Amino acid sequence: MDVPPSGLSLPSPSRRGLLRGVGGAALLAGAGIPLLSACGSSGSSSDPKTVSLGSNSSDAVPKKAFAQIYEAFTKQSGIKVDVNTKDHNTFQEQINSYLQGTPDDVFTWFAGYRMQFFAAKKLASPIDDVWTKIGGDFPDAMKQLSKGEDGKYYFVPLYTYPWAVFYRKSVFTQHGYKVPTTWDQLVSLCKQMKKDGLVPIAFGDKDAWPAMGTFDQINFRLNGYDFHKSLMAGKESWTDAKVKAVFDHWAELLPYHQDGFMGRTWQDAAQGLVAKKSGMYVLGSFVAQQFTNKADADDLDFFPFPEINSAYGQDTVEAPTDGFMVSKAPKNKTGVTKLLEYLGTPEAEAIYLKSDPSVVAASSKADTSSYSALQKKAYTMISEAKSLTQFMDRDSRPDFTSTVMQPSLQKFLQNPKGVDSLLASIERQKKTIFASA
Amino acid sequence: MSSETSTKTPEAAAVPPSGPAPVNKRVPRGHKRLLTRRDRITLAFMAGVPTVLHVALVWVTALASIALAFTTWDGIGLGSIKWVGLDNFHQLFTDNPQFWPAVQHNIIWFVVLILVPTPFGLFLAVQLDKKIRFSRVYQTAFFLPVVVSLAVTGFVWQLVYNPDTGLINSLIGANKPGHYIDWIGDPHLNLWAVLIAASWRHAGYMMILYLAGLKGVDPSLREASSLDGANEWQTFKNVIFPTLRPTNTVVLVVTIIEALRAFDLVFVFNKGAQGTELLSILITNNIIGESSRIGYGSAIAVVLLVISLAVIIPYLIATFRKERRA
Repeated sequence: MDVPPSGLSLPSPSRRGLLRGVGGAALLAGAGIPLLSACGSSGSSSDPKTVSLGSNSSDAVPKKAFAQIYEAFTKQSGIKVDVNTKDHNTFQEQINSYLQGTPDDVFTWFAGYRMQFFAAKKLASPIDDVWTKIGGDFPDAMKQLSKGEDGKYYFVPLYTYPWAVFYRKSVFTQHGYKVPTTWDQLVSLCKQMKKDGLVPIAFGDKDAWPAMGTFDQINFRLNGYDFHKSLMAGKESWTDAKVKAVFDHWAELLPYHQDGFMGRTWQDAAQGLVAKKSGMYVLGSFVAQQFTNKADADDLDFFPFPEINSAYGQDTVEAPTDGFMVSKAPKNKTGVTKLLEYLGTPEAEAIYLKSDPSVVAASSKADTSSYSALQKKAYTMISEAKSLTQFMDRDSRPDFTSTVMQPSLQKFLQNPKGVDSLLASIERQKKTIFASA
Repeated sequence: MSSETSTKTPEAAAVPPSGPAPVNKRVPRGHKRLLTRRDRITLAFMAGVPTVLHVALVWVTALASIALAFTTWDGIGLGSIKWVGLDNFHQLFTDNPQFWPAVQHNIIWFVVLILVPTPFGLFLAVQLDKKIRFSRVYQTAFFLPVVVSLAVTGFVWQLVYNPDTGLINSLIGANKPGHYIDWIGDPHLNLWAVLIAASWRHAGYMMILYLAGLKGVDPSLREASSLDGANEWQTFKNVIFPTLRPTNTVVLVVTIIEALRAFDLVFVFNKGAQGTELLSILITNNIIGESSRIGYGSAIAVVLLVISLAVIIPYLIATFRKERRA
């Protein structure tokens, strides 16, 4: 169960993943040639009663949940959904060639920059007609997330989950801790926890993406949503004093992070929280998956990352959103429109959430009555947010975040003093990557 | 062994022409034509299909990646390929903070493999060659890591090195705050940690190669040296080891290849993060993925290709020269 919340982490080290890696490296040029993508397409030539759908939901829980949605849709409309499920990581690695080849009519994907990237490359169809129907059900922040750079809609969101600071209620009561709402309170809470023999902040960065989440939190708290977005889009300089300040804040917090994070996965780090050895954990709400015991799960709570700059308060929430897109030339356009309209309904979301309670609905009309306390809180936090971010590798070019930011942040964590040369190096690499677009 | 054959060549060269040659000629005389039509078609297929596959899968892709190394390409549509000249290489050599560490680690990989597990493998082979009791059992035990896929090896060693729950830290109590050893994450430790795993496997591989080599040592040589009163070490140093020369060449080439293609173990171990960067991993990270930097990744691949050629070409030249002499 390690669906990376960031999506673009490297393939999990399965045997197949390795072989793919090796094969891909050997093929080099072949990697992007559409010929490799044949696997995804189904034979549904132009059957008006069928819509084909490529899915990355290869894990048991979401796979079943999605299947139930499609079943309900077929019952209602008489249109069959022909699902081609591919391994989560394989799907992401092959998305380029998949979309250039003969893709399915509809495919599962992520909101934000990664959606806009394929929209701008004309590998996706605009779906404004769908949004005239479903638009009223979504909060403004979700609408923004579903639009391409050209202002047209390309995406129907289904579910989302927030990043925040997670903690155990019982630990806080036992020691009499108060939820920190400002940076200074956070730092002094860390000091107190250390005195009390706790690891203040649980942390594991073996997979290289969790650190990006911490960066995001500090950056949009300190510099605001607009700066964060524009930094992610490659429009700001990484040598800017504002960015430097982010790392300075981070360095202040680093001594309170769990030791040896470079060799630890997020799952292992979560065990510290489960065992009440760690006080807090900055992560997405999927951390709840590690709380297998019901009593522990009920004890889990979270608070939004504390305010650093009063000008921005806590107005931004990082909430990666997953949903659907339409490929460049769907075979059954009417069927596709009907399916997407259905996927945008509160009913479809309710079906999904019944089977997968680790996330919350993207729609503001969804039925929240069966939500757990944690889900309710997450839902409120997201729907009240002024701005939503996705995640560093969903808000920026994935090639930049995976080849430059992941190793750079790890370098910073190892040596917080070398920030200046590190930022200069990031800036140089960023320029060439964004210039090649 | 090569010295043996080379000493024999003068006689050997003198004998064969008289002997087997007429026999060879007599065989085709029974047929009207050398090859029937069917033979020729079969031959064309047997030679043609592999040639086409080889050219398409080896040469075209290799040349294509060399060409792509001078471009930027995100893998979407052939129209987005842009010629950038030497930019990728310039960036690689000056701006990429991972490139030089990767080159360095590939070199360290080779040096360690040749200095530690290779002599150890030779040592094991010499011991096992003495036909001690349970020699088969030892052989199997040491060879087992070679049979297991490196990916699996990576998983197993991760369990040993895991900083929180791993075998080592649990035994020595280094998994508590304050005195913490991060075998996988610490850039000063992780390369050595992963090299121990690689050596564990490589020693078994070398042992088998040397065992095969030792089987070829003429027993009369040992006998002669023991008659001359040489002790075990002298026998090894002056008699056995020199006869292992051909094996040593193979061992050297195999080890160089192992060092250059090092990938799977590290990829499983920590994906080539701080401290364990390798060229092969940089290539993969740049090329595989949803918006890949195929041009840049190809440039790294070209560097790896050049290094490989620099090693392989002298070896091939030496080998061919030897054959011609023989």
